[in-house]
Amino acid sequence: MALTENRKEDGAENGRESGGANGTATATVPPRGRTVRRLTRPDPAARSRGGQRFLLVGLVLAGAYSLFPVWWLIVASTKDRVGLYQSNGLWFSGMHLWDNLHQVFTYEDGIFLRWTANSFLYAGVGSLGGTLIALATGYGLARFDFPGRGVVFAAVVGSFLIPIALLTLPLYLLFSAIGLVDTPWAMLIPCLINPFSVYLAKVYTEATIPFELLEAARIDGAGELRIFFSIVLRMMTTGGATVFLLAFVNTWNAFFLPLTVLRGEENWTLNLGLYNWSGKRLESGIDVTSLVLTGALLSIIPMAIMMVAMRRYWRTGVTLGALK
Amino acid sequence: MIRSQRWKGAAFTVPFQLGFVFLYLLPIGYAVYQSMFLQKQSGLGLGSATKEFVGLENYGQGLTDAAFMTSILRVVLFACVQIPFMLLVSLVLALALDAVTSKVAGRFRILLLVPYMIPGVVAAIVWVNLYSPEVGPLTPLGELFGFDWNFFAPSMVWPAIGNLLTWHGIGYNMVIIYSALQGVPRELFEAARLDGASELRIALSIKVPFVRGALVLTALLSIIQMLQIFNEPALFRNVTPQTVSDSFTPIMIIYNQAFNAGNYHYAAALSVLLALILGVASFLFYRLTSREAD
Repeated sequence: MALTENRKEDGAENGRESGGANGTATATVPPRGRTVRRLTRPDPAARSRGGQRFLLVGLVLAGAYSLFPVWWLIVASTKDRVGLYQSNGLWFSGMHLWDNLHQVFTYEDGIFLRWTANSFLYAGVGSLGGTLIALATGYGLARFDFPGRGVVFAAVVGSFLIPIALLTLPLYLLFSAIGLVDTPWAMLIPCLINPFSVYLAKVYTEATIPFELLEAARIDGAGELRIFFSIVLRMMTTGGATVFLLAFVNTWNAFFLPLTVLRGEENWTLNLGLYNWSGKRLESGIDVTSLVLTGALLSIIPMAIMMVAMRRYWRTGVTLGALK
Repeated sequence: MIRSQRWKGAAFTVPFQLGFVFLYLLPIGYAVYQSMFLQKQSGLGLGSATKEFVGLENYGQGLTDAAFMTSILRVVLFACVQIPFMLLVSLVLALALDAVTSKVAGRFRILLLVPYMIPGVVAAIVWVNLYSPEVGPLTPLGELFGFDWNFFAPSMVWPAIGNLLTWHGIGYNMVIIYSALQGVPRELFEAARLDGASELRIALSIKVPFVRGALVLTALLSIIQMLQIFNEPALFRNVTPQTVSDSFTPIMIIYNQAFNAGNYHYAAALSVLLALILGVASFLFYRLTSREAD
């Protein structure tokens, strides 16, 4: 049964890219109809009801484990201080969500909105630039044979192993030497170069851009730049969207880099701001727990929307990146 | 391919190459260079500090630095427990998803991926508060069952962080393993069933060996991440600084040496050392697992 629905949606949506990862399964999409399904893979439930029930219980427990922190966070952000400290954490007690939201958005002159905008700026613009560079590089690596190609690709793969501290600390010194520390550039520039994006872009190019097509375009007299911008980029929309999404998530989640290169509050990301709020009690004795929790809930929302809206892209991204 | 065309192709990679030189090679070279110097105060500390070439002295100091070595050992030991546990849970869940009907599998796959959608720092904030004896629900829950647990006690901090990492990581790892499972030729199961193999036997003897590659890869990614762990202990330090010291993990030591102690040259040496250790660990793991396959 697992073959049917999943295959229909996966196969139709991204069969082209994920063909390698899903292999034989994608190739044998069974036609509609119960009888055919039964033939390809007998209903497991028919074999052992007890086993199915056992698996289902296990999955429900795992699902509850995955969800309860999020549930608690939602509940906690609807409580005032008294409720947060005294009522049962897993159920509602009074409705103070609006007060909490108001507090988050007005705290320190609405610095939270500023952080949100910063996170969008760094993740959005940085990933857009990074994706374009990565697509060009991946295309160059996959479809041209030039001296030094092997070296570039080795550098891409080798850099996966470089610890972030080894890069970030000297980068901080270099940036401070040219006056970029504590400016948005200190976040944006590192986002432009993302070896993992290049790697993905190369894999996608190999899967979607045939040599013959490029040859045909050249014979028709199209220049290399024109081919890239009006043919290759258009055919790579799915791959490009995946690369962009993964880079966006990466930058949105970044912590060590912003912690190192951003000093003033007005340039911080959401993560950095929430980290700072969360440490407030230790420094100043002020309890801002409900502020932190409501802020944390808000900071999840854009990511959740993005992931759900673009789920078919990141599903292929995750599996492709992992299996190739 | 025509010669000029090759160079045009190379031109597509030029922006990346330039960026790579400035954002990767130059900083690494700079770190290696800096790691061979030491800031020395002349006289009684009254004169200005001078930079002095000391060769590999910082590295020698790093290798004999008890705090640094302890932090590495701490993280390695933790990795040896947490990563196999997390991957085992992910594998079992992936096998379970593979064995239920597609409708059920689709729903649970999304459900189990919810933690992955949450940024690491926010996940740590949520769990730190769940563990908190003041606002978290886990302490009263423990009391209900007669446990008197304190998640911020020294003996409980690693299990607490381990649980957080497991919670955050199982969905992602499960998806990778699950997609590898989809590549197993279904005919194999039919053949095995005809031969009278039980579902459990099929899972252990056909499915698990088939997803070995995915397991090795997820383990490698987890090892690389674990040696660089920083966010979670940093967030825990926010609430329990007496348990999570500022030298808890290697990256925390490096960060403190650079930004709090102002000992940049030493921090540079430590980060190069960490990179080497990471490289060696990944290589050894890769060799170990690929030899077994032959």
